[in-house]
Amino acid sequence: MNVKEEIFEFIVENFLFGEENDFKSDTNVFDKGIVDSTGVLEILSYLEDTYDIVVEDDDVTQSNFSSVDNISSYLLGKLNGKGEIK
Amino acid sequence: MCGIAGILNLKNKSNINSEDLKNLIYPLKHRGPDEFGAYIDNSIGLVHSRLSIIDLEGGTQPIHNKNKTLWIVYNGEVYNYPELKSDLIKKGHKFYTSTDTEVVLHLYEEKGIDCLKELNGQFAFAVWDTRKKELFLARDRLGIKPLHYTVSGGQFIFASEIKSIFTQNNVNRSIDINSLNHMFRYWSTIPGKTIFEDINELPPAHYLKISANLSELKRYWDIPFVHESDKPIWSLDTITGKISELLLDSIKIRLRADVTVGGYLSGGLDSSVIAEQVKNNFNNELKTFGIRFTVPDYDEGSYQNQIVKFLDTTHEEVVANNINISNYFSDVIWHTEKPLLRTAPVPMYLLSKHVNKSNIKVVLTGEGADEFFGGYNIFREAKARHFWAKVPNSVKRSKLLGRIYPYIFGDSRLNELNKNFFGKNLNQFNSPYFSHLIRWDNTNRIRNLLNPPFKLGKLNDELMLNSFLPNDFMHRDYFERAQYLESMLFLSNYLLSSQGDRVAMANSVEIRLPFLDHRLMELLSMIPSKLKIYGMNEKFLLKRTYKQKLPEKIINRHKHPYRAPVKNSLLAVSNRQNLDKYCSEDQIKNVGIFKPDYVKRLFDKAAKTDRISEWEDMAVAAVYSTQVVHNKFINNYSAPLKPNLKFDLLVDNARTPVIVKRKN
Repeated sequence: MNVKEEIFEFIVENFLFGEENDFKSDTNVFDKGIVDSTGVLEILSYLEDTYDIVVEDDDVTQSNFSSVDNISSYLLGKLNGKGEIK
Repeated sequence: MCGIAGILNLKNKSNINSEDLKNLIYPLKHRGPDEFGAYIDNSIGLVHSRLSIIDLEGGTQPIHNKNKTLWIVYNGEVYNYPELKSDLIKKGHKFYTSTDTEVVLHLYEEKGIDCLKELNGQFAFAVWDTRKKELFLARDRLGIKPLHYTVSGGQFIFASEIKSIFTQNNVNRSIDINSLNHMFRYWSTIPGKTIFEDINELPPAHYLKISANLSELKRYWDIPFVHESDKPIWSLDTITGKISELLLDSIKIRLRADVTVGGYLSGGLDSSVIAEQVKNNFNNELKTFGIRFTVPDYDEGSYQNQIVKFLDTTHEEVVANNINISNYFSDVIWHTEKPLLRTAPVPMYLLSKHVNKSNIKVVLTGEGADEFFGGYNIFREAKARHFWAKVPNSVKRSKLLGRIYPYIFGDSRLNELNKNFFGKNLNQFNSPYFSHLIRWDNTNRIRNLLNPPFKLGKLNDELMLNSFLPNDFMHRDYFERAQYLESMLFLSNYLLSSQGDRVAMANSVEIRLPFLDHRLMELLSMIPSKLKIYGMNEKFLLKRTYKQKLPEKIINRHKHPYRAPVKNSLLAVSNRQNLDKYCSEDQIKNVGIFKPDYVKRLFDKAAKTDRISEWEDMAVAAVYSTQVVHNKFINNYSAPLKPNLKFDLLVDNARTPVIVKRKN
């Protein structure tokens, strides 16, 4: 599984009871009420456990975490040592 | 299930007295009311009380091998015995009963101590080797079945329960001060110790060889660990498929019995999974039993009703209330044989009492799922605190704890307090005990009530606990460490004993625990921790495995910890006479363990206040139960005895030999 698929699976399994339905990688998880502010921390914790990174408070923004695509971009940027990528 | 006991003279060769064996075994009658049997050969005596479950007619113990050089007394069930037996038959072994007991004995004859690795089940047994003059004792991997021993007056004495050992006049009966202090920090004694000085427990997954010249105590199994990089990469579907297959087999072999097997059903996920699997795969007529509470905070009735309706089981309920919890508390302590910090064992005792009246001898229960699938808040707490500890100054990270405790983190006025409470020891996230420090420090406050002779100074026992950790402990991640500690200290020594075997066997009921099949633990050790608590979703893999089989409301309900009222029951004005019988000011003074003025203040405050803190609630149970332990096992110890007990089977080699088999 690539990074995007893994994040997608995590959100579907953990926040959508495993029911994918019309959830897409560009779905805004905040607008759709899928993830709340504590949920972001769950995602963060999962990413840190999986990819051995540490995310700073300043990076925990709506834009970085609003969709699978954005989370994936942020993570890849982080992994590439390029900092925040939007 | 049964009770076992025995005496081995280590120093002198005098014959064992059958009267001593009668005294040893009769107090274990509740564990095995159906038959009594004994084996005596000069300096060794083995004795057994039987609850007949397999081979009802032919399984009288002690049981011997073909040439009568090995004799066994055995308490437990080895569920894979048919498979083991057919292998042994191929190797030429011949059997005279249909019991698992005889299979275990022959496997020991064939493989020695390596036999233990092949046993799947719950057991404690003793084998006497007449040629080596050596006694071999062993206990199951997680300590589901009990086994205690002492050496006193040149004798090695062992028994399922301590009350039996205390029937022997030369045995010291006193409180172990170290253990008392450990209980009021870790909730249990350290492995191998009991609350009584000189009385040891054979730790889970250990064996002991003992003879006049030898004493060898060794571990034969440990909670498995697979390094992260060696864990296979499996999809979620593969993992849930493997869990489903293995748990089904675990349940299947745990239904092996010559009597009806029922089930406990709480309304929670774990027992619902088991009941569903039994009902839909093996027994459409399943009988289930559940506890209800009159106090709504503790009651799971609505979920219980849902699952009963969904599965259509024949269900019976026992209602626990502040009165019956108080009334039976001291009776339960007689069976747990240790102080308690909670009253939750009492309703379990009432439940097994009811099961016994319904003529059911065996029930399946859901214990163990929380430990190995990641159900406890202490694991989620460790995860959230570990996450926070990576950036301690983060203003956001502490909020992850709100997923576990929304009711306290939802109150913004408490934010600072909560951060201080859960942020304690945050800098110790590399400590092996990081996950448990908050709980232990909180419980530790009970020790302030101890009188100086009974209170150890600063406890430095975490260092001492190091010797019980496996070499690979620090290679395990935060969840695996927390899980190991919880299993080592809490599962066997508190949960399985006080809420499991002891209160079930008190009413001659055997519990069987499909989630504690070691094959399942081995499978789960290969799965990354992040999938067990997925995000903050506890027992994610178990939920995912059974989400198509159970109602959505059962799968996705918030975990409801099984608890029972403490101070509202024990200190209620109408029940107060039960507590005062053991905890009057004079009795507190006479026993001397606790400071009378502190106890009075605690009881007065708890009786007057609606809500007291967690540690104070535990302290009420701790003081009361310790006073009961002291009264029933030290000051006024009185075990039921029956000098005219007739053995159903007596093999006495010292007398010619004599074999007596009595049949009614």
